[in-house]
Amino acid sequence: MITQTAPRRVIDIADLIRRVRGRYLSPIASLLLFVVMFAGVVGRYDFASPSQVFLNLLVDNSYLIVLAVGMTFVILTGGIDLSVGAVVALSTVIVATTLQAGWPAPVAIATVLVVGPLLGLLMGLVIEYFDVQPFIVTLAGMFLARGLCYVISVNTLPIKDPLLRELGLKYLYLYEDKFIRWTVVIAAVVVVVAVYVLHQTRFGRTVYAIGGNRQSAQLMGLNTSRVRVSVYAISGLCAALAGLLLAVQKLSGYSLNGIGLELDTIAAAVIGGVLLSGGVGFVLGSVIGVLVLGTIQTFVTAENLDSYWTRIMTGLLLLGFVLVQRVLARNSLREASKR
Amino acid sequence: MTADTAVVELQDVTVEFPGVKALDGVDFRLLPREIHALMGENGAGKSTLIKALTGVYDTQSGRIMVDGNDLRFTGPRQAQDAGISTVYQEVNLCANLTVAENILLGREPRRFGHIDHRAMKRRSRELLAELDLNIEPGSVLGTHPIAVQQLVAIARAMAVKAKVLILDEPTSSLDADEVAELFRVMRRLRDCGTAILFVSHFLDQVYEISDRMTVLRNGRLVGEYLTAALSKVQLVAAMLGHDLELLEEIGDAASATKAREGQPVLSAVGIGRTPGVHPVDLDVGRGEVVGLAGLLGSGRTELARLIFGADRATSGTMLVNGKSTTLRSPRAAIAKGFAFTSEDRKGEGIIGELSVRDNLVLALQARRGFARPLAKKTKDDLVTRYLDALDIRPRNPDALVKNLSGGNQQKVLLARWLITDPELLILDEPTRGIDVGAKAQIQKLVTDLAAEGMAVVFISAELEEVTRISDRIAVLRDGHCIAQVGSDCTVNELTALIAGGVQ
Amino acid sequence: MVKRLTASPLVWPALALIALLAVNVIVTPSFLSIRLQDGHLFGSLIDILRNGAPTMLVALGMTLVIASRGIDLSVGAVVAIAGALACAHIAGSADPAGPGTVITAMGIALGVAAGLGFWNGILVSIFGIQPIIATLVLMTAGRGIALLVTGGQIITVTSPPFKTLGAGYALGLPVAILVSLSVFALVGVLTRRTALGLLLESIGVNPEASRLAGVRYRTIVFAVYVFSALCAGVAGLMIASNISAADANNAGLWIEMDAILAVVIGGTSLLGGRFSLTGTILGALIIQTLTTTVYTAGIPPETTLVFKALVVIAVCLMQAPKFRALVRNRRPRRTSAHRTPEPSPKVTPIAQIHPVSEMSQL
Repeated sequence: MITQTAPRRVIDIADLIRRVRGRYLSPIASLLLFVVMFAGVVGRYDFASPSQVFLNLLVDNSYLIVLAVGMTFVILTGGIDLSVGAVVALSTVIVATTLQAGWPAPVAIATVLVVGPLLGLLMGLVIEYFDVQPFIVTLAGMFLARGLCYVISVNTLPIKDPLLRELGLKYLYLYEDKFIRWTVVIAAVVVVVAVYVLHQTRFGRTVYAIGGNRQSAQLMGLNTSRVRVSVYAISGLCAALAGLLLAVQKLSGYSLNGIGLELDTIAAAVIGGVLLSGGVGFVLGSVIGVLVLGTIQTFVTAENLDSYWTRIMTGLLLLGFVLVQRVLARNSLREASKR
Repeated sequence: MTADTAVVELQDVTVEFPGVKALDGVDFRLLPREIHALMGENGAGKSTLIKALTGVYDTQSGRIMVDGNDLRFTGPRQAQDAGISTVYQEVNLCANLTVAENILLGREPRRFGHIDHRAMKRRSRELLAELDLNIEPGSVLGTHPIAVQQLVAIARAMAVKAKVLILDEPTSSLDADEVAELFRVMRRLRDCGTAILFVSHFLDQVYEISDRMTVLRNGRLVGEYLTAALSKVQLVAAMLGHDLELLEEIGDAASATKAREGQPVLSAVGIGRTPGVHPVDLDVGRGEVVGLAGLLGSGRTELARLIFGADRATSGTMLVNGKSTTLRSPRAAIAKGFAFTSEDRKGEGIIGELSVRDNLVLALQARRGFARPLAKKTKDDLVTRYLDALDIRPRNPDALVKNLSGGNQQKVLLARWLITDPELLILDEPTRGIDVGAKAQIQKLVTDLAAEGMAVVFISAELEEVTRISDRIAVLRDGHCIAQVGSDCTVNELTALIAGGVQ
Repeated sequence: MVKRLTASPLVWPALALIALLAVNVIVTPSFLSIRLQDGHLFGSLIDILRNGAPTMLVALGMTLVIASRGIDLSVGAVVAIAGALACAHIAGSADPAGPGTVITAMGIALGVAAGLGFWNGILVSIFGIQPIIATLVLMTAGRGIALLVTGGQIITVTSPPFKTLGAGYALGLPVAILVSLSVFALVGVLTRRTALGLLLESIGVNPEASRLAGVRYRTIVFAVYVFSALCAGVAGLMIASNISAADANNAGLWIEMDAILAVVIGGTSLLGGRFSLTGTILGALIIQTLTTTVYTAGIPPETTLVFKALVVIAVCLMQAPKFRALVRNRRPRRTSAHRTPEPSPKVTPIAQIHPVSEMSQL
């Protein structure tokens, strides 16, 4: 018998609080962190327009946001993708080279958007069907992509194509004199699509299920093989897209782009509350993680520090976050053991 | 189709692995509207039969028929689509998803390609209501206790409108109330037309709930029986034969009372740890077997871990052989001559990827420290001695422990500690989930050890076992020790003590 | 006989190494020749050994960490920091060429390296943080710290005593390789002649069961991270000494990846447990030979990474039982009965939470 509950409103609030303390706690903490940090940075310097500073964050980091979305899919299944930085570079090099060779822009773009997912698909197949650890396979993928970059060209290749210049340079005015660029719009679309897929489709829920307990997901009859392979293709697609965004941002292709980018992406995800063990986390959390990292960069630039301070501060922030997550996890375990 | 047409039928099915025939020409019939128990020791082939049925394993020969149709499943999904649902012993759901998702994922209601969350919640609420489970479909599964998770797993099976429901050891983590609840659900499902295949080691429960049973031994079919027509003795005989005498021997040995002399090996006064264990007094003397009895969650394992130093006590003192000590870690306890086997054999007991030899010498070697390795000859002698003494099969010291049956794994764990020559042996559920033969061997071993002077703390959920083996029993409930009784306490009295006050 | 041979996990890396060497010999017949000059041995093989010495060393440390079910991503940063500290000390001292200065410099570098290893050990073993994240922190911040030490510049030093480690010779062989091989021998004896190997493997397979069996879990975990960092520290000194400079940006770049690859190619599983030091040495040699092969065979150096990728995948596939089965039976497998894994608690991959009793201590 379903017992008659107390008036709905009271239950809803208590339930809401309980749910917040559960899986939403981490991303909300990240959000608070970002707000505090951003406010701090804005308060410290006399920026002409704080809102534009925020919008600039989005503009400068739109490619990283797209990367973080792809990485989130992979990490949610309990895997990891170390190849994304190299795929970004490969994408910039491919698009620059093909444009220089005279290919029409749409074809160049399409090529890039095929190569990325293809590499991801290959990696996913090896991981799933031959049971090789994702760390190793994607590491090999990183070498392969980076190697292909060098083979194609070691020089910086400028991009002069009008379509891409438009994408990269055009100001999109939101209100007053506040602007963003097309790259932000593309990143936003990617985020929205990702959120929809992860929460409203069976595919997305299977991603979470695999991360939670892969054997169980299989025994529940879910198509885990297909999903597990797909997330690497998705990550590859996002990396390719991020490469395009970076290419239009810098208007060049360079094989040394994106070295270490995969680690930044992973750091963003961790700060955003995505657990590396899989099954827990949200795309929006990763996005917030990217914004946090971007704020650090803004601070370092504004304070005129040497660029290596970005790394040190990112490391410290990561440490702080990880420790806090750990303490929270311990407390919740203690509570669970109480019953 | 007559009423006697089997819902599921296996004919002459064989399943082989490299070197071993897990099922050898087995016939099996499951009739509609019945609860059918599958019985047998570990290694008898019960799990294999289920996995062959649900498409997890390939079969090398024989036919599998569902509703009279020859079928061959290529995976769990097809089996589910054909109406066969399985609930495994370890709840195979995803704890990070919500209850509703766990129930309906894979066949969730969808609208225009995306999940209709509201319909999903509604449908799961309906299913949960049928099970009398008052939980929020939107809550995360992991926030609920195992017993609830198991019922959610059954709700998932019901969502598929299963023709056949297979329950593999569903009661091992449930207490008496929860078992009664589960049985109620099973009976209702049966009456509504589902055939239920039920695997369990608890003979009493099998007799309570099943209509018919099938007994397997060593991969072969022994027979198919009506429960009402088969006595317990006949059942056990069918399952294993000779070990019956072993069980009787144990009864005789334990009934001899022992005089306790000298100070107790362990004297715990007011030992406790908030919030799970309230201050408890416990004495264990040389040659004494003290049983800890109580429901799941009563604090038995927690108390054992406190004594062993695996958790830190927040209150109380411990005297070991009369001297006051604080045990901060298992190492400290081991140095005092304590030994402990965890109830979670796989997670906290065996080192699966290592050999039997490595597992056997581990505790001894750890105590000696890494700088003093055991000489090869000494190691080999010790290993051979204990393999023989405890009848561990196979007698191969290089075999990987993960490939041994549950009973043999438990014996390896026991041997690991016996090699260290402990003064106090703490056994947490040493006979859970293992076959009757090994169970009898372990019980006899405990009694023999106590007769030779070892102090033993014995934890078990099977009250019959506890009363048979223990000299004294500490009864726990909700983290309190509510009584300490002698070995003359009957199972009924014990049950009453445990249940007393619980609604 | 063939079956038993192929059953040994060292077979595949050994074969790969032989194959690579064979390719080299075919392309450059004089590849295997070693000549004696000024009392030192020279030749392509010697080059491989000397250039591979730092990676070998780091990989040795990494083997033990991975065996404990952990991973150490920070070794590259430690390499950079060690080199930076040593060179900064020497460059800033009154007597850069004096042996005393060099020894102090190395002492400082190694001391700090050990401290960083200890730090990793604290995060993993006391706070219970997943090793991949714990060491990611130092990996991210570490290079920044190294750059901080060098002030963003490349510090060059002129100090003959310092040079010996990376570029010097002893007994005819490069000092660097002698150091690495000595460490290999030392660790080999330590893990196999004492019970350390057993205890370490036990922790890697099942940390909680090992703790309950009385294994000194914390001490051993601390030890492996300190050892890994020390190896990285010595490697950092080798690298800095070899170029007589500290380049905080590039020193040890990607060495953690090479080290992990060497360990995996050598047959140790990323999931922890049984490990093989010999396999790791083979793996490191394969990686170094690859680089040398590309160079001596006249293949454009840009393609090195592509070859590396292919070799890594090839060896890993050969080690994967499913791949071998696929190659062996052309028709779909009928012999293996398992299609879907057993319903059992999931084994989480490399990023593990060390389950150091959640409920006790601290």
